[in-house]
Parts: sequence; C-alpha cells; structure tokens
Amino acid sequence: MARAKVPRKSTAIDMTAMCDVAFLLLTFFILTATARQPDPANITTPTSTYEIKVPDKDLAILSIGHGKVFFEVIGQDIKRYTLEKMGETYGVTFSEEEKKRFAVLGSFGVPMNQLKNFINMNGEERTKTTIQTGIPTSDSTSRGELYQWVLQSRMAVAALHNERMSISIKGDSKEEYPTVRKIIDILQKQKQNKFSLITSPEGAPKK
Amino acid sequence: MAELDTSGGGKKGGKVRSKKQSTRVDLTAMVDLAFLLITFFMLTTTLSKPLAMEIVKPDKDVKNKDNKLELKASSTMTILLGKDNKLAWYMGEAGKSAPTIVSFNQIRADILANKKKVADIGNPKMSLTVIIKPTSGCNYQNFVDIMDELNIAKIVNAPSIDDDPEHLLEGEKQAMKAAGIL
Repeated sequence: MARAKVPRKSTAIDMTAMCDVAFLLLTFFILTATARQPDPANITTPTSTYEIKVPDKDLAILSIGHGKVFFEVIGQDIKRYTLEKMGETYGVTFSEEEKKRFAVLGSFGVPMNQLKNFINMNGEERTKTTIQTGIPTSDSTSRGELYQWVLQSRMAVAALHNERMSISIKGDSKEEYPTVRKIIDILQKQKQNKFSLITSPEGAPKK
Repeated sequence: MAELDTSGGGKKGGKVRSKKQSTRVDLTAMVDLAFLLITFFMLTTTLSKPLAMEIVKPDKDVKNKDNKLELKASSTMTILLGKDNKLAWYMGEAGKSAPTIVSFNQIRADILANKKKVADIGNPKMSLTVIIKPTSGCNYQNFVDIMDELNIAKIVNAPSIDDDPEHLLEGEKQAMKAAGIL
C-alpha cells in the first residue's frame, strides 16, 4: 500500500515580526535606562537589608568619601535654578552656556570660586583635575557653601515642583564617623532631621 | 512583509533575464542580538537602583519642650559604637551597670535577648528603646550596620541617635577607655 505523502514544509520562519518586537523593547530599555554617572570619589556604600528605594526625583545626594563631600541634585531644571541662586549668593555670574553645561553635570565637589572653571572643562579633564577638593563645609561666614547648596536646592525644588526635597547621604563605608557627623550637623542646622542613607543590598540576614 | 514582490510584470517575448534572487534575509542572528541586548538592559536597569535606609535624628533645638522625651530606664538599651569594630552596650542608666563590650557578630543576640527581657515585663505599652551613640572612633559602616541590626531585630521604637561627643557620659567614657575602644 502506498503511504500518503506528507508534503515537506520549509522550516524557515518569518522572523520579521519577532525582530520588530525585539527592537521595540530594546529601544524602550535603552531610553529608560539611566546612565550611571561616574562618581568623583570612589565610594563603596555599606550593605544593609533595607529595601526602600531611593526616590528618583526631588532628591539631593551628598556623597562623602575620603573626607570630601560632593553634591548633586536631581533634575536639570532644579540644577539650573540652584546654580543661578548660588551665583547670586556668591556674586558669580554664569553664562547661558555654562548653565546648560551645569544642568547635565553629575556629582561635583568644587568650591564656588572654582566652579566656573570646572563647568568649562570637558569630561576627561574633569576626571583628571585636582580642583575637586570637596565642597567647603565651613568658611568665615560660618554657614559654609554646602549649607547654601542644600538650602538653595531645597528652595528650587519648592519653587519649581512644589515638593519637599529629600536628602540622601551616600557615604563610603570606611569613612570616619566625625566626617559624617559634620555633614549631618549642617543639615540639622536647616532643621532637616530626616534623611536616607544609600546602601547596597545585602542577601538574607546572616544567621 | 519583508520579501519584495519579485515576480515581475507580465512577460513579453522571450527576453533573456538575469536570474532573480530572493530578497529574504535571515533575521535569526539579528533577533538573537536584539534579545541579548534586551536582557542586558533589563537586568542592569532594575539592579542598579540604589536602596536606602531612612533615619531620623532628634531635633537639635533644645528650647522646644516637645523635643525632650523621657525614657524608662528598664526598657532602654544604650549602644556605644567604638573603634576597631567594637561596641559597648548597657541597659538602663549609665554607670549603674557595667557596659558589655561585644563585636558586631554578637550584638544581634544581645539585642534580641534585651527585647525579650523587656517584653517579659508584661506591660504592652513598653518595648525596647535603643539609644545609639556613635563615638569619634567608629566608621560609617559601623553606624549603618547597627541601624541594620535594629531593623533585623524588628525594634519598633525609632532609635535615638545621639552623636554629640559632649553627650557622652563620664561613666560611658571610662568603660570604653578601659576596653580600649574610645
């Protein structure tokens, strides 16, 4: 008896639709991913079991490493506004171009009188430079530049977003406690008694 | 779809035509690559989100009466953070009981034991309150660790963090000096 012949079918599948979907997702992830900003100070955060996520807007991050403190506030509009106010406070005028450059700048740690220089550097010079000595925490007027940065950025957040700014501290795990205390004291002078400490995740609690 | 219509128009005459090639491209490799990148971006975006612990410090304004909180000696545990990753703790008032010097591995057991002791008193309103006094010798990791331990031990009362060196009591200083951790 002759067997019924099954017609041979091609195994090639049309990949077009799959390819479309894959690239659509890829584009989405690339666009939503936030590029990791290079840290000026090499900071290793301590580990903890806390699992509260850091908010991604209306936030200022104070990085503390090797006795220096670096400052960053999230949001280009906030950065711009803060820079304008800081310029007014310290009598430095920034050009439109400089404001634009500052708005995309990450964490920085330069005194106010060096800031103009720092903004005009390119990425490579910034990583090499030695002027990143940390933001001065105290000066002759007793308040200090860090106090002003925090204050001005809080006012910027309040003015532009009508929100309270949260403050995060990102400290190096080997940092001496007195340095951290000094920074916290500055925040407490503005009655900021609540802040979050950025930590990296730890596995299940060690038994 | 991806392939083009290559059948050509109506034929006229018997002209010699070049062989028609299929315009189909093998997309397998491209799809492989796309999914590899998708996986990479998915994993990196979710994992790099930093985590944070919330801490609240007592207000420094001493004139405000609301800022003073009376603590019961029987339910209060004071933890002093010293240098070399060592810490000292005692229950109740300073000077009445000698601080116990422990390392970070042992403190969890002590916190849990004290928590149980306070719970055993039988007053539902009372639970262990912890005062943390980081001294100048300790580092940031120690401070985060101890906050973490309290979280693991599920201490419900917010810990009071007192890092003013002037608030370090004489009895505490002596005990820490004797142990060589100040």
